[in-house]
Amino acid sequence: MTATAPAPAPGDKTDERLVKTSPLKKLMGRPELGSVVGAIAVFIFFSFVADSFLQASSLATVLYAASTLGIMAVPVALLMIGGEFDLSAGVLVTTSALVSSMFSYQMTANVWVGVGVSLLVTLAIGVFNGVMLTRTDPPSFIITLGTFLMLTGMNLGFTKMISGTVSTKSISDMEGFSSAKDVFASTITIGGVDFKITILWWLALIAVATWILLRTRVGNWIFAVGGGEDAARAVGVPVAKTKIGLYMGVAFGAWISGQHLLFSYDTVQSGEGVGNELIYIVAAVIGGCLITGGYGSAVGAAVGALIFGMVSKGIVYAEWNSDWFKFFLGVMLLLATLLNHWVRKRAEATK
Amino acid sequence: MARVKTGVRTVGAVLVAVLGVTAGLTGCSSTGGKRAEDARKAATAQGKAAVNTPRWTFGMVTHSGDGDTFWDIVQSGAEQAARKDNINFLYAHDDEAQQQAQLVDSYIDKKVDGIIVTLAKPDAMKGALARAKKAGIPVITVNSGSAESKKFGALTHIGQDETIAGEAVGEELNKRGKKKALCILHEQGNVGHEQRCDGAKKTFDGKMQNLYVTGTNMPDVQSSIEARLQTDKSIDAVVTLGAPFADTAVKAADSAGSKAEIDTFDLNETVAAGLKSGDLGFAVDQQPYLQGYQAVDLLWLYKYNADVLGGGRPVLTGPQIITKDQAAELEDYAKRGTR
Repeated sequence: MTATAPAPAPGDKTDERLVKTSPLKKLMGRPELGSVVGAIAVFIFFSFVADSFLQASSLATVLYAASTLGIMAVPVALLMIGGEFDLSAGVLVTTSALVSSMFSYQMTANVWVGVGVSLLVTLAIGVFNGVMLTRTDPPSFIITLGTFLMLTGMNLGFTKMISGTVSTKSISDMEGFSSAKDVFASTITIGGVDFKITILWWLALIAVATWILLRTRVGNWIFAVGGGEDAARAVGVPVAKTKIGLYMGVAFGAWISGQHLLFSYDTVQSGEGVGNELIYIVAAVIGGCLITGGYGSAVGAAVGALIFGMVSKGIVYAEWNSDWFKFFLGVMLLLATLLNHWVRKRAEATK
Repeated sequence: MARVKTGVRTVGAVLVAVLGVTAGLTGCSSTGGKRAEDARKAATAQGKAAVNTPRWTFGMVTHSGDGDTFWDIVQSGAEQAARKDNINFLYAHDDEAQQQAQLVDSYIDKKVDGIIVTLAKPDAMKGALARAKKAGIPVITVNSGSAESKKFGALTHIGQDETIAGEAVGEELNKRGKKKALCILHEQGNVGHEQRCDGAKKTFDGKMQNLYVTGTNMPDVQSSIEARLQTDKSIDAVVTLGAPFADTAVKAADSAGSKAEIDTFDLNETVAAGLKSGDLGFAVDQQPYLQGYQAVDLLWLYKYNADVLGGGRPVLTGPQIITKDQAAELEDYAKRGTR
């Protein structure tokens, strides 16, 4: 990283990078601060509005909702920090589940073989997105929109062609299913409350993503690529490799989500997943990622997913008239985002 | 915390193991899978045309979205009848009314010998049906639109009246002594879904509430139902409007620690298995296979013999209430995709 930030001359006291900042100010400058405040606000709000919201079992449900979204929101946030979009992320989850299910079924293979093949296929689609983007000119919005449409069609086409119906056959009676279910869709009981294993996957992804972003050279590359591609390239950042890597990260998230989908429900509907990509992006944006790239954090995206989970389930706990469900959801999300934005502006002003 | 740590470690270890297994490609499953299916249908043969009438072309246009299990069964019923009746069968679908009408138009342009349509959004299809009539092409409506079918000039309507089906659910819930039920709508704004829940509400003596979930996102469906069941322990019945959501509702009730009975509209393999094992209370089947099969067969009868069924009234294919008693038999049929 010495390449992008040349060491200042010794004794150069006027350089703002050397000015010491207090821990409080450092905290105020973090991208996830706004979303954390928003999350606390949403949490307090629903604690008062919905009686059953604070039950341990309810919180486990909220965490489950947040984790299934967060597993995708975290890598999507990294990609956004790198300045790119992935509109194919939602259906890629379904693709990943379809591949492992159909491969295992058609080959009558151990379920784990299908899971492994699915990982390779899913990562390959991530590489395809990344290579298409870096080798050609159109923006990622268009490239991944193309992938989105192709995957939607392939999910249906292949499933119908291979299985004869639009959903996969049940693989729950096949060897390896129960151990795979333990890994991707089991429940862990802590103190009498059932937590879904997706929460662990989610926490692990947050930890890994945060470590990559803040402690490794690759993390600096991601920020640099998102902040200014040409400048990054000029100082020797491997732009193409970084972007392909980011798309592979999203693909890896899609693989975990896809396997969870498959092993929770035994069969997969080939038409699922459409529209979820926007929710991942929403979670990342609530979490403080800039749509233009170069700014954001994995923790923020995770908190964004948590806000989304709390709002969508909180409305149910509050037993609000379900006709207005989507409206309430929209209002809550908008408020959370505005609060988040306001806090960030204040934080930046006090710098 | 210790448990969490071991969890993470196990996950890592298993991941490495997966890659190992894949690389070897040695693992085979001795249970289930394609091999078992092949063994099951070894004896089944494809049907041949049973008649030697001219090879007419029938076109079917539905309001199905992409990848809908229900419409898949309708289509396979229609295809089966078409094989038997020596019909060249065309199928197209679009969940947007305007696109659906354009598809009908294109079949009229192709001068097909008969058209089968659904009237989920009747007003948008009115013009297309009028054009078909003008072109002298007989039309049969299926599934939705029993009220408009005759008015728009269709020969007959084959399907289930959603309100009547809902009423059947309400009555069945009464019979089972339920007091508070939840109606799970997986598509906001779908008129048929509203009619089903309203019908159930009408005959149900207890209290019934609606819950909207995002049908394209299964974990969301599960956590939403789970949340509602956690917050209201007095709910003793959950009714889903589509077969794929019944199994998810069972899981949600399980993790919410709720004793609510799960019932559903429509049938598939998993629902049949659920009924058999007692996870599900009952299913309301509108027999989609019959809707496709009858539509093609009736068009053929009309072309061949000028037969019309129903006397201007809709021919109902449902509701048929299925409980544990019929489940075992239907499971085999659901497995081959015809129930």
